[in-house]
Amino acid sequence: MNAKWMIGTALTASLATLVLPVQAVESKLDAKTIEIVKRDFQDKGIAKADRVNQDALQALCSKYGNKPPLELKHKIEKQQQAAIKWPADDKYMGDWKAGEKLAQSGRGMTWSDKAEDPAGGNCYNCHQLSAKEIAYGTIGPSLLHFGVKQGNDLDSQRYVYGRLYNAKADNACNNMPRFGHMKILTEAQIKDLVALLLDPESPVNK
Amino acid sequence: MNTKIILLLALAANGAAIAAETEVSDSDRIAQYREMISDGNPADFDEMRGEELWKTAAGPKMATLEKCDLGKGAGVVKGAYAELPRFFKDTGRVQDLESRLLTCMSTLQGLNTEEITAQPFATEKKPSDISSLTTYVTGQSKGIKMAVSVKHPKEKEAYEIGRRIFNYRAGPYDFACSTCHGASNQRIRMQDLPNLKVQKDAQGAYISWPAYRVSQGLTRSFQWRLNDCFRQQRFPEPKFASEATVDLTMYLAVSANGAAFAGPGLKR
Ligand code: HEC
Repeated sequence: MNAKWMIGTALTASLATLVLPVQAVESKLDAKTIEIVKRDFQDKGIAKADRVNQDALQALCSKYGNKPPLELKHKIEKQQQAAIKWPADDKYMGDWKAGEKLAQSGRGMTWSDKAEDPAGGNCYNCHQLSAKEIAYGTIGPSLLHFGVKQGNDLDSQRYVYGRLYNAKADNACNNMPRFGHMKILTEAQIKDLVALLLDPESPVNK
Repeated sequence: MNTKIILLLALAANGAAIAAETEVSDSDRIAQYREMISDGNPADFDEMRGEELWKTAAGPKMATLEKCDLGKGAGVVKGAYAELPRFFKDTGRVQDLESRLLTCMSTLQGLNTEEITAQPFATEKKPSDISSLTTYVTGQSKGIKMAVSVKHPKEKEAYEIGRRIFNYRAGPYDFACSTCHGASNQRIRMQDLPNLKVQKDAQGAYISWPAYRVSQGLTRSFQWRLNDCFRQQRFPEPKFASEATVDLTMYLAVSANGAAFAGPGLKR
């Protein structure tokens, strides 16, 4: 056993004693957070207390501050991709006018919304879409002229449908809601939004 | 009723009309509005109401709140808010202003806190005593630098859990606070979103609540602000003054340390 090796082992050992308690404290705090959150929220209107229970994706993204290790990220993206329900008729484009209405509406799923109220897509909350609408948010990228850039062949339509159905299938921890996966919008509504984005007649592409 | 009060009432009514117009020029209108009321804020009324409540004997024990210990000793209101949330020995918990007020209303006045927390926020029809008390107490820290401590292990833990709650994604939209408040220079529609992970934004946001909301015609507390953001987050409702809300407040209050408290403020 040489001196260098001995110093090496000693260093590793002391690092381990440093690192392990930190990890233990971290995971204890993680567990306590979940305990508190589960206890301290209550039903209100349509927003029931069990909404704080995380699915595997939400838990992963929260735990790693939206930057999970690549291996875990890819694994969960595959699972999300596999769970997409594709339209049985292999048609993806609906009515862009209905899509524009959905995009404008920020309603839906809050405790002040009623179960019977139609849900909106919230699109303009985060994205620029039609050039005519200047009150758009900037959390997501601009989608002005999206269809012009993307093209609107069947592959593009399928891509956009999948993206709206489950934005996390491409990028596990991005900010966008999973409109199909979480049953926020119906298949028909998602098709209307695909049309808003890709139809050459849509104001998005004018 | 003196002329200043009449003037303020007229301006408050005018404010409601202002809010009904377009969203686009909100900040201009707020600036105008602020100028108009430069010698007062409709929140002043709520502050006066709170002061009255603080000093009036009430509850089964017919006591005032003047002996309430907000952390700087029994009865000390000045500067108390700038050091909240903090750990309290008598309850063994970290408490924010509202949860501490509940303790005092219960122990000093004998009031039933469950009745208070069932309807904690003011509506157009009914003012809220605990909300007015909050406006009064925060007003007594105006101009005082935020100095919230994380020295006690329980305070440190509250901060750490608050940070986790800030990043906790759940619900039908997968949102966390950080979804809307985790990057700079973003907005929802035309509303600017503070990046609460950077000190400057966090300070500006924290020190300006409670605030009189022109669009609602009501003075709103920080607990209300959190409640309404959880609504937008598509979460269920946080229980009023619960540990989850106190810990989250701790995280945000510590981020605001060093800035002079500026509330009660005025918002769109
Ligand atoms: C869906 C987006 C969204 C989410 C999620 C969200 N907020 Fe907000 N928040 C907003 C908007 C929009 C405003 C501005 C409201 C306004 O101007 O009326 C705001 C305002 C605030 C303010 C006041 C800023 C100021 O300067 O007045 C604070 C503090 C705040 N949010 C904290 C939080 C916390 C803490 C959470 C997590 C519980 C959260 N928000 C979640 C959208 C959101």
